[in-house]
Amino acid sequence: MNITQVLFWFLSIAAILGAILMVISKNPVHSVLWLIVVFMAISGHYILLDAQFLAIVNLIVYAGAIMVLFLFVVMLMNLNTETEPQKNRWLKIAGVITGGSLLLVLVAALKRADLKNQLAEMNKGDIGLIHNLGISLFHDYVIPFEISSVLFLSAMVGVVVIGKKD
Amino acid sequence: MPINYYIFLSVALFCVGVAGVLTRRNAIIIFMCVELMLNSVNLLLVAFSKMQWHALGRGNPEAGINAQIFVFFIMVVAAAEVSVGLAIIVMMYRNTHSIDVNFLNRLKH
Repeated sequence: MNITQVLFWFLSIAAILGAILMVISKNPVHSVLWLIVVFMAISGHYILLDAQFLAIVNLIVYAGAIMVLFLFVVMLMNLNTETEPQKNRWLKIAGVITGGSLLLVLVAALKRADLKNQLAEMNKGDIGLIHNLGISLFHDYVIPFEISSVLFLSAMVGVVVIGKKD
Repeated sequence: MPINYYIFLSVALFCVGVAGVLTRRNAIIIFMCVELMLNSVNLLLVAFSKMQWHALGRGNPEAGINAQIFVFFIMVVAAAEVSVGLAIIVMMYRNTHSIDVNFLNRLKH
């Protein structure tokens, strides 16, 4: 077991544990912090897969900007364990059973797929570097890039319109 | 690393997200679970891009780059989506003084 595999298992366990703790923790602030742990672990996976640019963007955009926005809203509303709405127990059990059966079905369906020779290559390749991604982005994907700027503008206008007091 | 491990990791994260959406009533936690599902799909796309590179990389050094651009656009759209969604949640809190999603079932009347 070399260092890459050790890191893979460590990051996978960190991601799944963080996700489960995010769902079950009662305090919303703790949920946000556990979700940041999950995003850090996923960024580590990106680095292991040599997608360095996406790893940094994931850290900056998700763990940095989006989660700070979530934390800001949670603290603005002064949410804590006492104000946390609770579902009744049967609905919770039904939700867990539904998620578990989805997991079971997907794993059972994918377990028999013949993927033994397909490797996600690690420690090789430079398609994740910003140079190559930038060339592809500004040659082949200029139109979607410009459209996404329009999307951001409309999101900004939408937030201002929604957030305005009547 | 064989692609199976990444598929099962992403499926596990996605199902935790689904279970979270179904079990919680706090609108913000539900929204965070949706983000978790988006991220699990992103991870799978990056793993598939490296798989594509491994399969075709000898003849085509650019193989698999499209998936990473796609992940980049998913992140862009997710950022816009989060800003609008949080604005809606803040408005909901301002009107009802609660972020319990069950409180909104009066929308059906």
